[in-house]
Amino acid sequence: MTLQDLRPGESGRILEFEPNAVTDRLMEMGMLPGSVVQVVRLAPLGDPMDLKVRGYHLSIRKAEAAQIRISKCEA
Amino acid sequence: MGVDVSPLNPISVALVGNPNVGKTTLFNRLTGLNQRIANFPGVTVERKSGTLAGAPHVEVIDLPGTYSLAPKSLDERIAYEVLVGRRDKAPDLAVCVVDAGNLERNLYVASQVMDIGVPVIVALNMIDAAEENGLIIDASVLEAELGVPVIPLVATRGEGVDKLKKQILDPPEPVQGYRWSLMDAVSAKVPELSRQLTAEVDEVQPGHIQMEVLRALAEDDALDVWRGSAPEFVRRTEELRKEFAERGVAWRHAEVSGRYAWIGPITHKAVRREKEATTISDRIDAVLTHSIFGPLFFLVILIGVFQAVFSWATPAMDLIETGISAFAGTVQSVLPPSWATDLLADGVITGVGNVVVFLPQILLLFFFLGLMEDTGYMARSAFIMDRIMKRVGLSGGSVLPLLSSYACAIPGIMAARTLDNERDRLITIMVAPLMSCSARLPVYTLFIAAFIPAGTLMGVFGTQGLAMFSMYMMGTVMAFVAAAILKRFVFTKGAESYFVMELPPYRRPRARQLLLRMIQRSKVFAVRAGKIILACSIILWFLASYPAVDTDSLRTQIEMQAAEQRESVYAEAEMLLPAPETILPALDDSLEVGDPVMAQIQSMMQQAEYNYTAAMDSAQLLQQSAQIRGSAIGYIGRILEPVMQPLGFDWKISAGLVSAFAAREVIISTLGIIYSVADAEEGVALRDALKADRYPDGRPVFTPLVAVSLLVFFVFALQCMSTLAIARRETNTWRWPLVMWLYMTILAYTASLLVYQGGQLLGLS
Repeated sequence: MTLQDLRPGESGRILEFEPNAVTDRLMEMGMLPGSVVQVVRLAPLGDPMDLKVRGYHLSIRKAEAAQIRISKCEA
Repeated sequence: MGVDVSPLNPISVALVGNPNVGKTTLFNRLTGLNQRIANFPGVTVERKSGTLAGAPHVEVIDLPGTYSLAPKSLDERIAYEVLVGRRDKAPDLAVCVVDAGNLERNLYVASQVMDIGVPVIVALNMIDAAEENGLIIDASVLEAELGVPVIPLVATRGEGVDKLKKQILDPPEPVQGYRWSLMDAVSAKVPELSRQLTAEVDEVQPGHIQMEVLRALAEDDALDVWRGSAPEFVRRTEELRKEFAERGVAWRHAEVSGRYAWIGPITHKAVRREKEATTISDRIDAVLTHSIFGPLFFLVILIGVFQAVFSWATPAMDLIETGISAFAGTVQSVLPPSWATDLLADGVITGVGNVVVFLPQILLLFFFLGLMEDTGYMARSAFIMDRIMKRVGLSGGSVLPLLSSYACAIPGIMAARTLDNERDRLITIMVAPLMSCSARLPVYTLFIAAFIPAGTLMGVFGTQGLAMFSMYMMGTVMAFVAAAILKRFVFTKGAESYFVMELPPYRRPRARQLLLRMIQRSKVFAVRAGKIILACSIILWFLASYPAVDTDSLRTQIEMQAAEQRESVYAEAEMLLPAPETILPALDDSLEVGDPVMAQIQSMMQQAEYNYTAAMDSAQLLQQSAQIRGSAIGYIGRILEPVMQPLGFDWKISAGLVSAFAAREVIISTLGIIYSVADAEEGVALRDALKADRYPDGRPVFTPLVAVSLLVFFVFALQCMSTLAIARRETNTWRWPLVMWLYMTILAYTASLLVYQGGQLLGLS
């Protein structure tokens, strides 16, 4: 599954990325294979997502989240 | 060897760090008011520098915020290039400002700075906010682990700043070697690549070679940089990438992983989490980004800001207007009449006044934008709006530049630098001037007040206010349409727009900070716009004054005509006299009651006197207007008249539009000169003059339809040299400003044509 599939409140562990300029930036922002990411909420119009990663909030679009493969963490 | 900081040896200190970590606050604390804002050579990225308070030989440079030294946006590239010494002399010392509440990610760029080989001090900022959220940081542990001095700070309150200053004046040794380790498979290949790059180019300093190699290995853009100068290095790197991929080595994130693998455990040791708290910021976000309250709040904020900007600024603007016209008047009456006096009063003072009068609005707008940035709400507005911006091919990141463009397209276009997608940045720059800026406001105000009847619609909305609102809407909607079209047909190449934005914690804004920045930004605007408008005002004054028309003979002619007319009426009255020997009654003689003939004569003579006085009064005005008509600008206006006639514009409006190319608001002073209204800025007199103007056949020059056509023209046209100049600098080519000017001019002409011709077909006037 990908990060896009998570619902608000759910978390996932990053497995791998599709390599491109956006994911380069996401890695620098601390989203690395192995990192745990929580979906906090969605924007009012359903996109983008508000994520919590390494203790801070990062917002990315669902289209970008779809390029990140994850395994869901059980609550 | 350490850095020599004796007063004889001037040194420079760079402040570097992520965006939103209080870097600028710290900068202000360190320098006090000894600041200088200039540009980095070749780009308009602001170079904010100042001298350390109490140590004038230490220069402090505030670099643009950056998440990484592998630059993605223009701002970030500048930060990187300054640090490695490609922009200026490389700094002697780097102060990495990090947010204590978000240590891990903030230390990422710090770890990159430490690789450059300069002395590094870590300024651990906002420890108070971190503590509020239950994060206790042991600075001494951090210092021991990182191997560089760590100074805890609360920059907003000035805590720890003195300690940091002392540390700057007693800098540590430069950082030697790399503290983090690269995965073995990759690090085994680095020396080989480094040798290759060194063999092919010699511009990279020895200390930076490994950094460049890793960057080129990890990122395609960074590799492309060397394609021309180091082809063998590029070939070898590409080969290695393939080799790594076959062996399953994650070469792409080797550097990033290596750094985080070093930072992670350090943060773990240094940070103690006392409680897993839902922060205040999270709770605010639950409301402000709520699916219903969020957008509603955004709308309320937007309307509130505009309301405030327009209504609060009015008294100050009125005061400035009155002051400037009084000053111009005084100058004119005190100095001996000459062309120089005219130039000073009508050209220079009025021209500068045209800029100064907008300052209250610009200040207020910058204040509110600053407030939104400082509190962290700006990022939320991007978060809320991104979905809508995506529809036209932009991202939420364009919200701030476009909102700023309501104040002025210049700061708006400059704010686009924060966009790390080049395609988004160019499109944002191209559509920013469609947002109605404050220079259009006086034009809107004048024509709406003169030609849109005051009243209310549905009992609530004032018609004039509604008309004003629709001007803003028209421009905004067109900006979105233009963005979509540009994206689809013009900027077809480049990466798709994406949205990666940090949502920083909400913070209490600091008044000092806010005011300081508001003043700095307004100053930059006023100086930049002021220079151009001043120059244009002087040129315009010459264009309007030369070639000099011999208006004296015209005046004499008018005066003679008036005198003749009076004589002829008198003669007519004489004919009516009952007896030839009766003498014409003196005008002020009391009338004999019951003599209708004498009463008639009396009234004829009164009328003749009145006409004569009026003609003499208007002679001077006609004289000035004849000057304009015969001047260079009048000539241009008359040449343009046939082209502009289909839009409903006569030569006077056309001349005004030509002058407005310098800056929109200049049209008001030009019309003021053409209509010979002494005090054009006052508005009311000019308004009446416009309404009274007639074509030779008696039709009014200005009808409500003409006014609407003109307003529409102003909404869409790019009449601003400063905008073109700034677009040239930000895009580094004349091509885009030219395209911008062309498309907006065509758009304005077509829209006005449709309004005027369509309106006439519908029988409107």
